[in-house]
Formats: sequence, C-alpha cells, structure tokens
Amino acid sequence: MRIAVDLDLCQGHGVCESEAPDVFEVGKDRQVTVLDPTPGEGLRPQVEAAVRYCPTAALRITEED
Amino acid sequence: MTIATELREPRRVSRGEEENGHLEELRTDPIALMQRVREECGDVGIFDLAGRDVVLCTGAGANEFFFRAAEEVLDQAEAYPFMTPVFGEGVVFDASPERRREMLHNQALRDKFMRGHAATIAGEVERAVAAWDDEGEIDLLDWLAELTIYTSSACLIGPRFREELDKRFADLYHDLEQGTDAIAYVDPYAPIESFRRRDAARVGLVALVQAIMERRAGGPAPADDERDLLDVLMSITTEDGGPRFSADEITGMFISMMFAGHHTTSGTASWTLVELLRHPEEMAAVDAELAELYAGGAEVSYQALREMPRVEGAIKEALRLHPPLILLLRVAKEDAECDGYRIRAGQMVGASPAVSNRIPGDFPDADAYVPERYLAPREEDRANPWTWIPFGAGRHRCVGANFAMMQLKAIFSVLLLDWEFELAQPADSYRNDHSKMVVQMQQPCAVRYRRRSGAARRPDGSGS
Repeated sequence: MRIAVDLDLCQGHGVCESEAPDVFEVGKDRQVTVLDPTPGEGLRPQVEAAVRYCPTAALRITEED
Repeated sequence: MTIATELREPRRVSRGEEENGHLEELRTDPIALMQRVREECGDVGIFDLAGRDVVLCTGAGANEFFFRAAEEVLDQAEAYPFMTPVFGEGVVFDASPERRREMLHNQALRDKFMRGHAATIAGEVERAVAAWDDEGEIDLLDWLAELTIYTSSACLIGPRFREELDKRFADLYHDLEQGTDAIAYVDPYAPIESFRRRDAARVGLVALVQAIMERRAGGPAPADDERDLLDVLMSITTEDGGPRFSADEITGMFISMMFAGHHTTSGTASWTLVELLRHPEEMAAVDAELAELYAGGAEVSYQALREMPRVEGAIKEALRLHPPLILLLRVAKEDAECDGYRIRAGQMVGASPAVSNRIPGDFPDADAYVPERYLAPREEDRANPWTWIPFGAGRHRCVGANFAMMQLKAIFSVLLLDWEFELAQPADSYRNDHSKMVVQMQQPCAVRYRRRSGAARRPDGSGS
C-alpha cells in the first residue's frame, strides 16, 4: 500500500502518529511527515486506524505500490 | 491568479432595498435568506450586508474554493467585527493556518492530551448531576452552558483555574455571547442593550480573573504538577521584572480560547438530546450501544469514546441539521474565481453550513434526522467533505472538532447511562434563536430527567 497526504488539510493533530508511530511523525513543522510511504502489510491495521481517525481526513491509502 | 474574462457575475438575491440591505433579514431569519440566495442564484450568489456585498457559496465546488483559499485571497481577520469588543483589542478572532497548527501543537488540543480530557469531562458531568434529585427539570441552555464553562476551562486552562469558577463566570460569559448582534457590521459599539451588557460582562470577567490572580500572587506557590495556564502566564515577566500580561489581556486570551468551544458544544449537546427525544427509536439504539459498552461498570475512557458509532451518528446528525455556526465569513483581498464566478477584491465571501448541510443531492431526505447516514457504507460526512461542513473544512477546519466530539460523547455516556429524559414542552417548540451571530437555543428549552432504576446514587459525585 501507498500513503497519500493532502497537506492543505493536515493541521498536525498527531492522531496518525499515535496510531502508527513507525509510519507518521508530526514534528516541528506542525504537519505530518510520512516516514514510510509504502509500509509493509504488517502495519496495515495501524495505518487504517490512522486514516480512519485523522480529524481532517487528510490521509488516504492508495493500493498500488 | 490569472482571471479569465468570461467569468460569470454572481446574481443578486431579491429584496434588501433598505439602507442596510439584507441586514434586518440576517438578524431575524438568516437561514431563509441564505436558502433564498441558493434558490434564486445557485451555488454562488450575493446578498447585501450593510452596504457590503457578501458572495455566498453553497455546494461542493464553491465551498471547496472557499475552504482551500489561501489567506492572501480570503482573509478572515476583518470578517467578524462583532468579536473585537468581546475578546478585546489585539486579540484576534482567528489565526493563520500556520499559527493555528502551532497553537494546536503546543496546547491542550493535541491527541496525546485527549485521553486525560475524557476523564476530566466525565468527572465534570458527574459533579453537575450530583446536585440532581431523583427527578426534576432543567433548562438545556442554562444547564449545558454552565457545564461547558467548567469542562472547557478545566481542559484548556487547567483544573486549578476551573476550581475558582462558579455560575457568575458562566452568566457573564453568556452576556458576552449575547452581545453579537449583526448590527456590529454597522457599528460594533452601537448604543443597544445587548452591547451594553456585553461590555459590562467583559469588565466583570476581568474583575473575576483579577481577583483570582491577586489570591494566587499572595498565596503559596502551587506544586509543579498543579500549575495551570494562568500560573504560567503570571510567571512571564518583562525585562524590568514586571508582569508581562495584565488581567485584561489574560482575560481576553481565556475568553477567546473558550469561545469557539463553548456555545457550539452546549448547543450541539442540547440539539442531540432534543432530537433523540423526538426519535425514540434512535434513543433506543444509543441506549443499547452505551449499555453494552459500559457493561460491568467500565470507565469513560478515550478508547471507549471512539468506538460508539450510534452515539457519534446521533451527534453528527444534530450538527448537520443544527450547525452552531450558520455563516462563515471572509474578506476577498484580491479578485478571484469561484466555481466559474467572479469575486472582486473587497467583497465579503461566505459559506453556510446551515444551507450546505441540507443539500438534497448530497444528503437524501435532507431535512430528516437520520443518524444511520454516518454508518458504513453510507458515511455521508466523509463522502461529502465540502458540503458536510458543521466544522468547516480544509485549512480552517475547526481545530477543536476532535475535542468537541470526544466531549459530547463523554457527556452523553454519563447522562444516558444513569438518567432517562423526556421533553417538557411540545416537540416542535425547540428552536434556535437567530437574533445574534452566536446562535443559541431559544428559551424556554426544558427537559425532564429521572434517575434510572438501576442507577445507584453517587453521593460524592466522583463517579467512582
């Protein structure tokens, strides 16, 4: 899977970082940085939770790698 | 931006020939005015607010322009003149997206603090119902407006500050919210009663905060883990050692921090309860979900608060039908194109949650209360990111939305587990008061409560 971010929408709540800390980081620039844009399938549950709970719906999973 | 020459001019809505254009209609029946703009003009149309054009956007395409526009194109600093006397000069109503992200990052709204807030809010509700008899009646506006003063002050400023507040603070705060008549677009200091009360209320709030600051200055220093935002602000000094912030400035900051989350949350809680009582089958679904979730006396926790689709749907549907903010405004700083229409520098530009949330093509049976529309696979909020807009959208989306949803779920978890409610007046008599820009439920708005037979009295109100 591949992760897509709409930075117009990201407000840096950090929910994704709480859900999938290996994949997302909300650092000093106050917006999300995707640490691993193509995470392995083992991380899918965490990434799906991050997408689902993102308060601004800024994250998507695109299936192709 | 390059503007094509073949852009269409937005049409003007009917009426509004008076000196102040559509101002009187905005002060009496704003939703009808905005609906008429959509009916007569389409997705982009113009009404006249005290001599100034407001280009009103509704529908996905126009709203996406509105919510994605950069500050340099659509600016909101000048769009809300009625807020300046409430917050005080120098306290801005809104900050840039960058500054908003910074505030969010540094403050209590970040996800990692939410877990603690869930327990704080549940504790405040327990404390408020501890004063109830086995049955009785409350006015929704009075009760929830006071409760949400305590929850927002405890979560955003700190428990130590919250302990120093009582109903006086809530009553003064209510007068501030009532001082938001749209006449402010003509004169924010017009000699009318609600503005006089607004200004007196602000003076009263500064006096309360000043007294708290004096008590703290003369008392023992708090333990490190009890320090709250007021302690922090009081400890900041200027170069010559004096305090950096006056009571007036600190009060302005607290008013503005609490403002966005106060009448909005209180009104949404009121409407959620009223709609659930109007729709007993929905109340039954919510009751069943809560009973299962909290079976065995589980705590009201952050995780539990995420996993309640029926309660969440009930709240979201109340937000869709009764959005606390019905008109969001900006000022165009340069000419722009909105969905094929021309917007000129100097015009105001608006988006209306009250109208967009009820577009029939996006929300089937748009005027009906249907919480199921948020369940998979419909998920009509996610499917319509530019028209399901109770929290706005895009760069300026409400940064407190997550906190608000969590707070509302916590309130209903505590309330509905132990108490049953019924409407205390005709079901169609509950409505919003639209005479002020801050919309609140019109009084009277009474409901009756009764302790559930299985619910034990909790004499200390601690919830344990």
